Amino acid sequence: MAEQVTLLDSWPSPFGMRVRIALALKGIDHEYKEEDLANKSPLLLQINPVHKKIPVLVHNGKPISESLVIVQYIDEVWSDKSPLLPADPYERAKARFWADFIDKKLYDAGTKVWMKKGEEQEAAKKGFVDILKLLESELGEKPFFGGESLGYVDVALVPFYSWFYTYETAASFSIELECPTLMRWAKRCLGFDGVSKSLPDSHKIYDFVINILRKRYGGE
Amino acid sequence: MANEVILLDFWPSPFGMRARIALAEKGVDYEYRDENVVTNKSSLLLRMNPVHKKVPVLVHNGKPVCESLIIVQYIDETWSDKAPLLPKDAYGRARARFWADFVDKKMYDTGTRVWKSKGEAREAAKKELIDALKLLEAELGEKPFFGGDTLGYVDVALVPFASWFYTYETDGKFSIEEHCPVLSAWVKRCMEKESVSKTLPDPLKIYEFVGVLKKRYGIEYSNGRPKPSSIGVEQGKIN
Repeated sequence: MAEQVTLLDSWPSPFGMRVRIALALKGIDHEYKEEDLANKSPLLLQINPVHKKIPVLVHNGKPISESLVIVQYIDEVWSDKSPLLPADPYERAKARFWADFIDKKLYDAGTKVWMKKGEEQEAAKKGFVDILKLLESELGEKPFFGGESLGYVDVALVPFYSWFYTYETAASFSIELECPTLMRWAKRCLGFDGVSKSLPDSHKIYDFVINILRKRYGGE
Repeated sequence: MANEVILLDFWPSPFGMRARIALAEKGVDYEYRDENVVTNKSSLLLRMNPVHKKVPVLVHNGKPVCESLIIVQYIDETWSDKAPLLPKDAYGRARARFWADFVDKKMYDTGTRVWKSKGEAREAAKKELIDALKLLEAELGEKPFFGGDTLGYVDVALVPFASWFYTYETDGKFSIEEHCPVLSAWVKRCMEKESVSKTLPDPLKIYEFVGVLKKRYGIEYSNGRPKPSSIGVEQGKIN
């Protein structure tokens, strides 16, 4: 039975990167379709009419939206290789909790760090570092959030590493200084092809934010 | 083997109601502890949910599970012998998770704006709420429940908000039944289930509670000083 897998995505999106990593770790052949979010394709509007957002995974014609829903779907369908969620219900609940925490907090906090200026930016920076520190304490002594290997929370979080250079440069601080444990974890994750090949170059993200996003949202 | 289940909750919380319904569907014995999160969070709550400091929290044999949809999935996976809430197939599960997430993103904040704001802001919130409910109606389609023939994950995620409909309708001056008759019929169908009818509070009590909240916010805004514990006593009476 031919499996047809298509990913609608946008290269700077940390949410899209989550799906790219999951597909790569599981060795799933797929077609990648780049979306211009300033000019959304009729296909995107048709398969994600509710949110009109990427990423969307289309598997044998059926669309799945919302990055964490997609990652769980991939984990359940291609369950033979690289399990992302643990087997134990309590550990699964913990993993879901921290992925949800990342969803609720990190993206918006990071956006404020590069978008705001002055006192607002300083406050955003502090809030952002506090979030990373909480994640660091959850990681603890483990090599990965998933334990000995990459798991659900690692996949949810590591895409934001590609945005770290942008946050640091925009707000003049060093994430390595504030959260050395987390940086070591990120480098550990990048040791996997599935991760390093799914994340764009940090400088490309910075150029994109400065030249395109900032203008689009009137940041300057 | 001792199975100790405690639910930290707050009676008007639609998120807490989700956990209550799931536990009832599964026939799980548990201890219910009401936390008045408006006035006073217990040290237990702050210990069990230090990150968000919110209810509901399920404590199973001493281990806390937080965030209502995560709790519902945990209940579904732990007490898997009875009343399955998520479907067996992966695509059905992805769809259920998508719509429960949609309910999370839309219902509470939009509904709150309906009763909290005034004028144009209120009208905008009302329209957004109706649009969201209509989208959910379309997803329900001809099925008796979002879960098919029985209550499922999305039903559990959404039906608690039915106890808040009277509040939205009264303050927003509109009828959800008029705009969404299919959804209203679905609410009635859910209420025929004991797990739902015994969990959802009387909508009038919710409206009374919101009245107390309004006074509390109104008082805080008018003179800049929060009212002392007399408000807590009133809320105790509503309980």
